[in-house]
This record gives sequence, C-alpha cells and structure tokens, in this order.
Amino acid sequence: MSEPMMDYREVIEKYEPMLGLEVHVELGTNSKMFCGCSTIFGAAPNTQVCPVCLGLPGALPVVNERAIEATILIGLALNCDIAPWCRFARKNYFYPDMPKNFQISQYDEPLCTNGYLDVEFETDEGMQTVRVEIERVHMEEDTGKSLHVGGSTGRIHGADYSLLDYNRAGIPLIEIVTKMVPDTGKYAPEVAKAYVAELRDIVRSLGVSDVKMEQGSLRCDANVSLSPRGSGILGTRSETKNVNSLRSVERAIRSEMQRHGARLAAGQKVHQETRHFHEDTGLTTPGRSKETAEDYRYFPEPDLVPVAPDAAWIEKLRASLPERPSLRRARLKSDWGVPDLEMSAMVNAGVLDLVEATVAQGADPARARGWWLGEIARIANEKEVEANSLPITPEDVARVVELVAAGDLTDKLARQVIEGVISGEGAPDVVIAARGIKVVSDDSELMAAIERAIAAEPAAAEKVRNGILAAAGALIGLVMKETKGQADAAKVRELLLAHLGH
Amino acid sequence: MAGITREDVAHLGKLARIELSEVEIDQLTQQLGDILVAVARVQEVASADVPGTSHPLPLVNVTRPDVIRPSLTNEQALSGAPSSEQERFKVPQILGEEA
Amino acid sequence: MSDLVTKSATELSSLLATGEVSAVELAQAHFTRIGALDAKVHAFLHLDTEGALAQASRVDKARANGEKLSLLAGIPLALKDVIVQEGVPTTAGSKILEGWRPPYDATITARMKAVGIVILGKTNCDEFAMGSSTENSAYGPTHNPWDLSRIPGGSGGGSSAALAAFFAPLAIGTDTGGSIRQPAAVTGTVGVKPTYGGVSRYGLVAFSSSLDQAGPCARTVLDAALLHETIAGHDPMDATSIDAPVPAVVAAAKMRDVKGMRIGVVKELGGEGYQVGVRQRFDESVALLAELGAEIVEVSCPHFEYALPAYYLIAPSECSSNLARFDAMRFGLRVGDENGRSAEEVMNLTRDAGFGAEVKRRIILGTYALSSGYYDAYYGSAQKVRTLVKRDFEAAYEKVDVLVSPTSPTTAFKIGEKANDPIAMYLNDIATIPVNLAGNGGMSLPCGLAPEDGLPVGFQIISPAMRDDLMYRVGGALEAALNDKWGGSMLSQIPALESALIQGGVA
Repeated sequence: MSEPMMDYREVIEKYEPMLGLEVHVELGTNSKMFCGCSTIFGAAPNTQVCPVCLGLPGALPVVNERAIEATILIGLALNCDIAPWCRFARKNYFYPDMPKNFQISQYDEPLCTNGYLDVEFETDEGMQTVRVEIERVHMEEDTGKSLHVGGSTGRIHGADYSLLDYNRAGIPLIEIVTKMVPDTGKYAPEVAKAYVAELRDIVRSLGVSDVKMEQGSLRCDANVSLSPRGSGILGTRSETKNVNSLRSVERAIRSEMQRHGARLAAGQKVHQETRHFHEDTGLTTPGRSKETAEDYRYFPEPDLVPVAPDAAWIEKLRASLPERPSLRRARLKSDWGVPDLEMSAMVNAGVLDLVEATVAQGADPARARGWWLGEIARIANEKEVEANSLPITPEDVARVVELVAAGDLTDKLARQVIEGVISGEGAPDVVIAARGIKVVSDDSELMAAIERAIAAEPAAAEKVRNGILAAAGALIGLVMKETKGQADAAKVRELLLAHLGH
Repeated sequence: MAGITREDVAHLGKLARIELSEVEIDQLTQQLGDILVAVARVQEVASADVPGTSHPLPLVNVTRPDVIRPSLTNEQALSGAPSSEQERFKVPQILGEEA
Repeated sequence: MSDLVTKSATELSSLLATGEVSAVELAQAHFTRIGALDAKVHAFLHLDTEGALAQASRVDKARANGEKLSLLAGIPLALKDVIVQEGVPTTAGSKILEGWRPPYDATITARMKAVGIVILGKTNCDEFAMGSSTENSAYGPTHNPWDLSRIPGGSGGGSSAALAAFFAPLAIGTDTGGSIRQPAAVTGTVGVKPTYGGVSRYGLVAFSSSLDQAGPCARTVLDAALLHETIAGHDPMDATSIDAPVPAVVAAAKMRDVKGMRIGVVKELGGEGYQVGVRQRFDESVALLAELGAEIVEVSCPHFEYALPAYYLIAPSECSSNLARFDAMRFGLRVGDENGRSAEEVMNLTRDAGFGAEVKRRIILGTYALSSGYYDAYYGSAQKVRTLVKRDFEAAYEKVDVLVSPTSPTTAFKIGEKANDPIAMYLNDIATIPVNLAGNGGMSLPCGLAPEDGLPVGFQIISPAMRDDLMYRVGGALEAALNDKWGGSMLSQIPALESALIQGGVA
C-alpha cells in the first residue's frame, strides 16, 4: 500500500527542500579499528574475529593509528578544523549485531568539525556550485552482519531466527555529517548526488577506502525536510537508509520530497522517523516504529585515552593531500580540450582515472577516451560491472592505441584484441599472437587476394571498371573473408580500385 | 529534587534489557530512592569551574599500528555460543529495527 | 597439617630451588588441604587439578634440565574468578557465565603461566566484583577462616580466604573500590591495588573500567612484591596501561627502613564510624612507624567524604555499560529461547535470571545516572568529585610521602548481617574508595587483632601514582616491626581450620 506522492513541480513551487546527508565510509585499513583482526572482504564467517571485536568478557579496545590518520586526512580534505584534543564515547544500545551492545564512537568531541565542500551540479543554466557545510567527521566502528532465516520475505519481519557473522564488526567507520543544506530548489536530489559523488572521489583520492557503495564501503543516509516557501518555518525531517548507489541518493531524495509534500498538503504531519529505501520501487517505507526514542546514554569511553594529534603532524598530513578531484578534472578538461558533457560522461562511467593513466602511458587522449568511453564502457554495461573492474588496464589500452597508430591493427582488429584482453586471454600482444591477428597490408599478398576475388566475381569487377564503384564492396568483402578480416579494408579498396583503373 | 518512581524503574529495566518482576521493581524503587539521596551529595561540590576526570592518569594518544594479528578460529569464536549454525551465531528472531 | 602450606612463597621458592620439594609435591599438598577443608571455607569455585599438575610437572622438568627459573616458578596461586584463563571455567561469580570457558588468557594469566606459577583454581567473589562481603556470589558465600560464620570481605573474599586458610601462598584479586584491600584487612593477609594502569586489565572481566585494577595478594609483603613484579608492566592490549618500568617494589619491600619518611594520617579516614579496636590497632601501628623514624603528619582531605557517593555513581554507570554484552547471544546463559520468543525477550529474561540483585541494582542505578537529563547531575558531577579527590591527594603528597588509614571501618561482620542493607554494605569501602577514584596505589597489611572480637585489622598505605614502591617500603618495614612485636606473624594465631565449625545462621 504505497503512500500518496505530490507532483514534483508542485513540491518545488510550494516548498523549500532542506537536505542533510550522513555518509559512512568504511576504511580500507589492514586491521580493525580496535583490534588486529584482518578486514579482508569475503572471508569465511567468524574467522576474522577475536575477543575484542566479539566483545568477550575482559577484552579491551586499542585504537588503530592509521584510522586516526585517515580521519584527519578526510577532515583536512573537507576543510575541517582538527580538534587538538578529543575522546571516544560509548553509544549504548542493544542489538545483536553489536557485540558489546555499545558502539565506540565519538559524541560531543569529534575529531573534525566545521568544514565545507563545494559541489558542482548540472542545471538548466549550466554548471552551478553550492557550498555544503560539514558539521563533523568522526570515528566509530562497524557492526556485524546478520542473515535472517525463515519468514516469507527473508527480511526481518517474520524471520524465525538470525545468523550472525562478526567479521565486519569493528571495521573502522568514519561518519561525515553535513549541516542542513538550505534551499536548493528543484535540484536538491542532484545536489545530494553530486555531494556524495564528490565526497566519494575525494575519499578515494586519499587512498583510505575503496568507497564502493554497492559493497557497503560507502553508505549514505539522506535526511529531507520541507519548509513552506518563504515561511522560514523548518519542517520535520525524515531519515532514509539503505541508499546503495548514487542514483538511489537522487531517487530517494526526490521520492521523500514528494511524499512529504503530499502529507503536508493533506494537512498531515511528517513523522520524524527512519525510513528504508527500496531500489525496485524508488520509494521509501517506514522502519519499525519505536515506542520511545532511544536514549544512548553517551559517556566518555573509559577504556581509551584521549586523542591529541600533534599540530606538526596535522600540517604534514595537510601538505600530503592529493590534488582535489574537482581541480584535477578542471586541469584535465583544459589539457585535453574536452567539453563538459564528455567530462561528465567519463566521470559517470567511472573511467576518468583510467583515461588519465592511459594517456600517461603515451596514448593520444582522444583515442584513449574513445576506447574507454566506447567499447570498454559498452562491455562493462553489458556485464553490469564497473569499467575499472574489467581485467583490462590502461597499459593494455595504450598498447592497442600504439598498434593502431603504427598501422599494425585496424580499428576492427583492435576491437577484437580489446575483447580478447577482457575475456582474460592475456595482454594485447599475447592475444594477437594466440589468435593470429595480423593486419594484412603486404601489397603483393593483398593483390593476390584481390585477383582471386576478381576471378570469382568477374561481373562485379566489370561494373567497377565501368565506374560503378559501389560494386567494389562485394569484391572487398571477398578479400576480407579470405584474409579472415585481417586485411586493412581501406587499403584493399585502394589497391582494388587502382587495379581496375581508378 | 524529584525521587525515582516506579515508572522510572520500569522504564530503566527496559533500557537495560532486564525483565524485572513487579516485586523487583518495588524493591528497586525503594532502594534506589535511598541510594540516590545519598549519592546526590556529589552535587554539593560539583561546581562549574571544576572539570570532570574520566581517566585517573593523563595518558593520551595510545594507539597500535595498523598490523594484522592472528584471529580466533571459527571453533574458538563459537565455543561459548548458546546456539550456532553455518559457522555463525544463531539468535532468536530480532524484532527491533536495524540500527 | 603439612608444614609446606603455611610457608610463604619466598620460603617455598628456596625449597623448590634446592630440590627439597618438587612443584608437583607442592601442588599436591595444597590440593590435599583444599580437598579436606574448602567445604568449610568455599574459597574456590573451580579447581584445575589437571592443568595445575601439568604446569607443576613442566616446571620440575625445566628445573631438572638446569634452566634458570623465576623465583615464583612452581609456586601455587589462587586466581579470582573475574580473570580469564583459557579453557578453564570463568564465572565472575555469576550464573550468567556458568560454565563459560574463555578462548583466551588474560595478559596477567599468561605472564604468570610464563614464569611457571601453578594456578590451582578460580576463587569465589561477589558477582562481577560488586560487593564487600562475597555474599553476592551466585555460588554461595565464602567463609572467613578466622571465624567461619563471618564474611571474608569482598569482592575478592575467595582469594583472601584461600591465603588465610593456607590453600595457596599467593593469590590474585581485583580492586575497584577496595575489593583486594578490604578482604585482606578482614582476613589478616596482604593485598595490594597497584597504581591504576600499573597492571594490565586485558582479560579482567570489566566492572568499572576507570577504577578496576588486578593486584597481588599474599601472606607477606615481600611475596606480594614478587607477584607484583611478575604481573605488572605495560601491555599493548590495554590502552590504559602505563608505559613505564615497574617500580622497584621487591627492593622496596626488603628495605625495612622508613627513617625520614613523612607519613600522612588522613583525618577524614578514621574517627567516628570506625570500630574502636580498629582505630586502636591503627594508632598503635602509626606509633610504631614513628618509633622506626618516620615523621607522622596529620593531613586533611576534605573531599574524601564525597568519594563514596561519587563511586556509587561512576562504578554503576560504567558497569551498566560493561555488562550490556551479557545478552545470551554469543556466550553465557540463555533463557527463554523457546516458543518463538524474540531476541529481545530472550535477552530480557536471561539477564533477569542470570544477574543477582546487587548487579541488577547497580545496572539500573547506572542506567539512570547516564540517562539524558540526569547525566550532569549524577555522572557528570561524580566525575568532578573525582577531580577534587585527586587534588586532595596531590595537595597531601606535597607534605608527605605516603598516606595511611585503617583499611576498613570494622572487622569481619557476620554473614547475613548487612546483606539486606545495601547502603550499610557500601560503607565498608569508605576508606578504600578514594584511592581508586584518584588512581593511586593502595596496600592493606595486617596490623593486629581487634581486642573486642579477636578479629584481624588492616592497615592501609596509599602511595602517589606510579610510586608503588613507597607503599611496599612502608609496608615491609611495618610488617617486620609488628612481627617482631608479636613474635611471629599474625596469621600464626589463626584458629586451626581443621577443628573449626561453621556456626549458626550460615548457608
């Protein structure tokens, strides 16, 4: 039974949307936040656990120094103030995926505060920028994973029991919370998406996480409220979880705006609640309602001592920050002379890094773009994976570009080589050798094939002699067939026509 | 200062996930009422200019390097489990919302 | 009774070194005595006969091979049941952990095993170390070997009783508000709470994280020092452990010289509320220290009267959080898991069934103190009192080297006497609690029998943080002087356990 939705245009006319985004980043550290267990994804259940992350009686946490460093890097990249002194705090609540039944987090003393991120997004009037203010960046620990068994839907309601795997419990989690982003009008969904995308790129560029939304190393909770336009009255916000892709961020925000609008128009209150986003419908449903709001009873974590990062160290980290992704994109755009739309296409297809790396190997930028955005992106889409997960590297593509430029491959043959590399047959030269791919460009070989074709199709040859050049196609086709497509078709045409008096 | 009520104690029992009986709630209400009066004395000297101490010794920045150390085996991890299945801890159905 | 069991660890160490006795014989002698008499005392919850004898055997073999061994190799020890020992039942005195065998060793357990100490078994204690009498144990109380109808102190009554009953020459206890020192006082033994952070808490089932410390218990100050040096020292698995060399406590215990030391008597820890005989023996010991050349100074620590209320806010608050992990999901008791009950219901039922009344009381109190709206008034204010208590100590230590007081306001009371009056029970820790709040080191050693009841009185020495050697220096000197005065140790006056009967009113 779905809830009524207001038409989006009407929502924008009547209300100002206010956004809040909470992003959790799972760090790619070798070991967990408070213990030395490995963090490798996909291990057998409960094999990367120890007394600490299992919350066994007597166990104690000790902070991972790399996690502190990563948090500071993220904070600096987001222009935050780094606290000279801060503490961890216990957030107390009971849930079976949280072994201690409290989460070690930070409460009123986060490590980073007061930052901002300038976010670009596309509007009807071109690219615009909005400054999203960052409230805080803090450290905490991830929970275990529960598998719900029984019940008709496999989701929690109606499940007979649950099975818990604590491999993920204790993996470092960095929480980044924005301040309320005021009125972005109809672009609220796009702004949200652009913020998350830019944040993802920044975190990735820092090398502290692989930030893959589909694997859960980047998670987004979206908060939305509507304020009647011009009233200055803040609306009640809802929080939406389970937003697992950039596209879902956009859809979830839009959907919530429409849902809030419908309720307000009908004179109903918007409940302050946590909702669950559904990929299939693009809509949200309420989470289980709680009788009373949870009281987390925060207090400073007594098993850990305060964190007081040395000022000189912070400056060293600041100096080590890589080029901001937006600046890098601007630089590449200018270097390559490429329009915005094509830049966006590369960013959206997730191939910008790959193109740059290919160019770094010596390939022509346009050719590099052509392959990554063209053939390779097409194959990635077909397989429903990201381009950078295909087994083809910038080195491979650069080699193919080189071979085409040298005339050792035609475009058509190059495509075969690319397919071969992606199929796992090896590097381009290996594929070429194994498949016997060779441009036949030796004139005498080609001439021999051409003469055989003419002998096979004398009528077509006669037409060409008489000026009906289109008839050459059949003859060229024969030559291509005989050479198993390895002849350079353009060259064949040239030789054929010349031979037949043109 | 308001004392602690039965409702308070019942609510606290829920927060602390302890199924308190009516008798226990009665007893605790009375005992905690007395204790709270006694401990409330701390407010007499807890003035605003006194900072709180959360750690007896002024240690800071105790960390460990990001190095992998041996974990327990699956058998060891599950050794105390009241119930397990498929190498995981088996627990009754969870009603509460996912955090 | 075998003479062996009354010897100190130091004496036994010599016998082992010369081969007059083997570690296996020593362990067996103690097990024999335990087997004969622990039914009366109930010091132990579990005896690890197989493990202990295997360890003893290993030590004997190593010695036969000519390996250089620690002084404590082969010495039997009783381990308080809040310290995890791999594969050995660890209950923390609670039903909720009945039968739980930890898959790991506490750091101190590992350190003791590494030097060849023979852990005989796990001793009884108040549930989760919460109590001052061991009556809160879910497995029944321990009886004071001086008078079986009386409490042995708490929470670590089992460890101290084991020493007084000659079941082991060494024991480990834990002290959060006095749980090593007060049992030591009422059983006539020695108990030390090291400076907070001096001994690793990794593997100590947490009660109140910012107050808990494991510490050595023995019948002599030197024995305690030897054990102290074995277990103390930085542990990378405990972020609150001190990264500095262990103070030279053994050397200090042997010094027997307090000339020129300034000893502060804390005005607020004594006087009314303290049993007459307790005060008398305390005063006599202070006078003895003066005779030995120490300078006695009266100091005032005006905020100490707030220490007890602060403690009974901080400790329950921290424990309400520390004990949340006992939820029937991953280990321990599970109750109610039938008829399709939810995880939440099973948690609620298990915790009500598995926790005793005192534990529940503290959890509820702590949950209240931390809840929104009450944090500042209770927990927040208690943390401020902590600062004030620390400042009192710091001011006192500008004038003196150590502070002293009676350890406990009374001698051992009867089992059942205070069980129904939580606040009266809490008052037992009035002299020990300030030490935990500030993090200083504290020792209790026997200073005489109270004339009115013939029961042990304890003398508390409090050292500045990280100067544990000072309390061993004063303790060692006082012990020697007292033994001289008495013509023997105080424990040599304990009534023989063999003929003792459990008297009326005791379960």
